[in-house]
Amino acid sequence: MTTIEHAIARSEHRNLLARMMNLQLFWVFVAAVVACLALTLLTDTFATERNLFNVARNFAFVGIIAIGMTTVIASGGIDLSVGSSVVLGAMVISVLMAGGMGFWLAASLSLGIVLLVGLLNGLLIAYGGMPAFVVTLGTLSGVRSLAMVLSDNKMMWEFGPDHGLLLWIGGGSTLGIPHPLYALALLAMIISLAFKWTRWGQYVFAIGGNENAALLTGIPVKRIKVSIYMFSAFTAGLAGILMAGWLGSVTTNLGQSMELTVIAAAVIGGANLAGGEGTAIGAVLGALLIEVIRNSMILLGISTFWQGMFIGTFIIVAVAFDRIRHFRS
Amino acid sequence: MSRLVLSGISKSYGAIQALSSVSLSLEPGQVLGLMGDNGAGKSTLVKIIAGNFAPSAGELKIDGKPVVFHKPKDAQREGIEVVYQDLALCDNLSAASNVFLGREAMARLGPLRYVDYRHMNEVAADLFKQLKSETRPRDLVRKMSGGQRQAVAIARTLLSKPKIVMMDEPTAAISVRQVQEVLDLIRRLRDQGITVILISHRMPDVFSVADRITVLRRGELVANKEASRSSPEEVTGLITGAIDAA
Repeated sequence: MTTIEHAIARSEHRNLLARMMNLQLFWVFVAAVVACLALTLLTDTFATERNLFNVARNFAFVGIIAIGMTTVIASGGIDLSVGSSVVLGAMVISVLMAGGMGFWLAASLSLGIVLLVGLLNGLLIAYGGMPAFVVTLGTLSGVRSLAMVLSDNKMMWEFGPDHGLLLWIGGGSTLGIPHPLYALALLAMIISLAFKWTRWGQYVFAIGGNENAALLTGIPVKRIKVSIYMFSAFTAGLAGILMAGWLGSVTTNLGQSMELTVIAAAVIGGANLAGGEGTAIGAVLGALLIEVIRNSMILLGISTFWQGMFIGTFIIVAVAFDRIRHFRS
Repeated sequence: MSRLVLSGISKSYGAIQALSSVSLSLEPGQVLGLMGDNGAGKSTLVKIIAGNFAPSAGELKIDGKPVVFHKPKDAQREGIEVVYQDLALCDNLSAASNVFLGREAMARLGPLRYVDYRHMNEVAADLFKQLKSETRPRDLVRKMSGGQRQAVAIARTLLSKPKIVMMDEPTAAISVRQVQEVLDLIRRLRDQGITVILISHRMPDVFSVADRITVLRRGELVANKEASRSSPEEVTGLITGAIDAA
């Protein structure tokens, strides 16, 4: 059917290239590729198998949590407590496993406890009507302190009978690809589908676009909000368990200020801090770009003290980009 | 049979009488212009009809059947829809998604259920066609004109085959050309036999579409007459109190 109605029914009349050029995602991808190419030419260490393996594994942790963060940001909220949920998740599983518990049970309990943190965040924000920023700033402090109490602030490095399994799951690889990357790919795929094809996904973006409209049209805004913060906590807990296996030891400063890197990854990947926009693929690409640049700074011999400056600048530049884009349209 | 009959509707908040014994009846396919100054009781009356709160006294009848609303959903079930002043649209979603917001069509794929965009786009396109609006179901609401946004908000009410559509100041914040578009949309609703209650301050808009004019002043109904037998001057007098009643 090529009637006029059909032409009218099409959403865009521009060609594919023009549409791609307008996507922040596209430019983030280009930037990541350019950075990789430049590093391959400039250093002889970047394109080694060992380094690429490290980059892939490191960015997976940030990427996993960035998918949760993107969901929160798309709904118009923010979750500052993810870094603390990482350490709580890692600490609960290591304490339980050190006490002789098997991996799967300990991992389930650890995720369950981290989900309670998300539940608390969600209840206070959705039903208590408190600003997400304040609530999650509170749990950021409280939850890390809980992890310290739990471990008596000692380093955990002995994980009981399933010690080897934990290390293999977090630090091992299958077919040359590190395991955290599988977790990231699976999560990105599921959430991409959920964003587009489920009611839950529609409601996340509806709440972020116009919360009042969502309420008036009968969307269960409060319940959806609680589920969003629980999902964010879940991704943090998952990353925490994988990181415990990767590092082979857990200290209470694990995941410290990780929320900033994660927020940067989500925002660079196109999540709009004003709500209503964001993609899982964007979160993954944002995390990749940050890790490639962080890695390149190390390889090029730039002091690691500059990393905070780089992440802070990135957040501001990404938001500025977004302002310009909206100003134009 | 009358579509909507209000008899002796009163509402008081403590000592304040927001509405005193308002009675009025509307036929299918009629457009009522509900006018009055700020605080005259227009929104109170609309909220009672929409089920936001119950009247202190009085009775509502729809198609001859007495109804009592405890919450907005009850009113929706009886076929009453409201187009809010801010339209309650999500700018970041498509027109079709907005039309179906909170009532998404779902399709099945084995054990899985997914949002049926194809069906939603088709139905939305059909509704826009009924409204003779050049709104494309897949376009983002962010990119739309004021008139198109109104069309989306009105198409949403049509989804449930309503009997009564209430519109709160639909022409307050849009350009002159778009006002004509919205008035046309109201005529389309009327042609489908839907009763429209139009709340507006803009005299010319009300007079160009309304069959009846109702004026509230300090919670009392001071006029309820055919639009053709009234005039903007008279209505202004009724609103301000220069004319006692008509």
